[in-house]
Amino acid sequence: MSKTLLKGGRVVDPANGRDAVFDVLIEGDRIARVGRDLPVDRGVAVVEVPSGFVVCPGLIDMHVHLREPGHEHKETVATGVAAAVAGGFTAVACMPNTSPVNDNAGVTEYILKKAAKAGLARVYPIGAVSRGQKGEQLADIAELKQAGCVALTDDGHTVATAMLMRRALEYGGMFDLPVIEHCEEPTLRADGVAHEGFQASALGLRGIPGEAESIMALRDIALAELTRGVVHIAHMSARQTLDAVRWGKSRGARVTCEVTPHHFVLTDEMLAAPVAYDTNVKMNPPLREAADRDAMIAGIADGSVDVIATDHAPHHYDEKRVEFDRAPFGITGLETAVSLCFDRLVHAGVISIARLVELLSMNPARILRVSGGSLSEGAPADISVLAPDLRVTVSAARMRSKSTNTPFDGWHLRGGVAATIVGGRTVYQNDDAAIGLLMEREGR
Amino acid sequence: MKKDLLGIGDLTPDEIYRILDTTEAMREIGQRPIKKVPTLRGKTIVNMFYEPSTRTRTSFEIAEKRLSADTLSIAASTSSAQKGETLADTALNIEAMAPDMIVLRHASSGAGHLLSRLCKSRIINAGDGMHEHPTQALLDAFTIREHKKRLEGLKVTIVGDLLHSRVLRSNVLLLTTLGAEVWVCGPATLLPPGIERLGVHVSTDIDEAVADADVIMMLRIQQERMHGAFFPSTREYFNTFGMTRARLKHAKPDVIIMHPGPMNRGVEIASDVADGPYSVILEQVANGVAVRMAVLYLLAGGAEGD
Repeated sequence: MSKTLLKGGRVVDPANGRDAVFDVLIEGDRIARVGRDLPVDRGVAVVEVPSGFVVCPGLIDMHVHLREPGHEHKETVATGVAAAVAGGFTAVACMPNTSPVNDNAGVTEYILKKAAKAGLARVYPIGAVSRGQKGEQLADIAELKQAGCVALTDDGHTVATAMLMRRALEYGGMFDLPVIEHCEEPTLRADGVAHEGFQASALGLRGIPGEAESIMALRDIALAELTRGVVHIAHMSARQTLDAVRWGKSRGARVTCEVTPHHFVLTDEMLAAPVAYDTNVKMNPPLREAADRDAMIAGIADGSVDVIATDHAPHHYDEKRVEFDRAPFGITGLETAVSLCFDRLVHAGVISIARLVELLSMNPARILRVSGGSLSEGAPADISVLAPDLRVTVSAARMRSKSTNTPFDGWHLRGGVAATIVGGRTVYQNDDAAIGLLMEREGR
Repeated sequence: MKKDLLGIGDLTPDEIYRILDTTEAMREIGQRPIKKVPTLRGKTIVNMFYEPSTRTRTSFEIAEKRLSADTLSIAASTSSAQKGETLADTALNIEAMAPDMIVLRHASSGAGHLLSRLCKSRIINAGDGMHEHPTQALLDAFTIREHKKRLEGLKVTIVGDLLHSRVLRSNVLLLTTLGAEVWVCGPATLLPPGIERLGVHVSTDIDEAVADADVIMMLRIQQERMHGAFFPSTREYFNTFGMTRARLKHAKPDVIIMHPGPMNRGVEIASDVADGPYSVILEQVANGVAVRMAVLYLLAGGAEGD
């Protein structure tokens, strides 16, 4: 059994209340010990972690579009997990809006087979709430659970009716599957392509008000109370939605929520400049106003926000090189999230690194009820090594994702990923912050 | 001048005045027995019209021909767009044939910006979605200046479907830049959110908006908007926001009435107002040719010569 000792890193493990310099001993695919100045036995490969680097439980991105099956020109499971580990993520949960939709065990198993073949990040498929994501009949939820799905969603759309959402919460609850909701009241959303506000008005773009999101969040919180089900609000963007979530939590409803890096970093002013009508700032929900962006930051700081997830949504450049209103929604996120979080949250003094680890690892593991989220002894050795002070220049061209649709290309950020370890195997190491881990060959 | 004319924001106030002054000279050409000068000889201009248009397209074509440019026009209905070619690919193919300018009318806001990023040719926006229609605003400003001898300090009231109107956006930008007091008026369902940040007065009361106006500009109401429940019926719209002789009494005695066309008589404007003594609607059309000649000249040739 291989043994590796990560020596001298700053271990940040909020699940175990640790934030100090510790050694971490990995034996095989497990964390064997965490302690101060652990003895170096024979046959242990010692890796000196540079001072200031963070050793934390593996990051989990619970909102990712891997596009396979069906949209392999945008991304595949293999390129998606390569992007994930390069972004410091040891696991991703992937959305079911593939073609065919992941609404049955066959698709779930196909995704898991591709993930095993890639052998990089862990992949947790999320099943559809409704068959074909059509919002009519429930998908075969027991079968999805058995095949390995960890949650349910009709992401891309809201669960179409209150009754279907009620049934999903009740029925999914039998299998401990949370329902992840893309909140969007369809008639208010209409054919909108950008946040409804001054920028959209000035540019002549059809607007989507924040209330399109908050109305649906309020519906779902009420239904979570009715059913005692668990609802997780995806990619929250509007300040009204955050208020709705706070209200639900204060009442004891089982509601959690996530925010994407782009919604706590960018605003709708990006529609006009630096590149007017840049389709790489078109996503759903849209970039909103500074007041919304600031509300997301406040929610991250005060604990109202449970998770940071990327909504990694790769699209081929041909699909994005069209008129703004014809372009698909979405941007990539896996390879920029950690740098944006450090730069805009940690170094900006909004949150501690421990809180960041809660948002990126501990809470997603808890909500999805998957392994990870802590560096407990005996747990799988899913570990991210982060370099908080690494100077990073974002380069879309150098990314491992198959797509380059990011608005952050060329940005200079402080904070990055040094290495990613999944099940004791080093699956990524950053040349700019190498710490001398022994790399295994990609794939198995 | 910048490479392209995508919106009024591309122009400095000096450049706007230069266009308006050049328009005077261009108009004179249109009054000659032989309405043609060699200014743009050897220049190739492609008119890409992806939306139906009578006035703007004809106006650009006449302007181009009077300046002796070699021109051709492509309509979406007869182009490769029908075969599923993207706008980007069509533009790159046209660009490969090295035109000097492309005039683009398109249903999507920002379509000209896309072309601008892909093409070396100069792009003139002839109306993009709900965004801008800069040559319309320039011809409107020219027409106003003809009648009022100035723009600064005038009360200009724009009434109608503000939300979907590119004419509104270009006019607001141009008129506020040149110091006019701009009022916008329409049903609350058709007000673009945040429009007041452009420095305009916003009202849903047409009598207040029209009071003491020097200029009233009526915008077209598209009948299909009723299906979006923006207002109940054209009859109610006319009764609430339509321009009638009775309402005109609140305006200045020498008010002028404008409309970018095409008009819906009896919906946003009564026929006796459209055809009445205050109306300058056909003058706008006439001036459109001269304004577009000025823009083409300054963008293509004038910029180098000066």
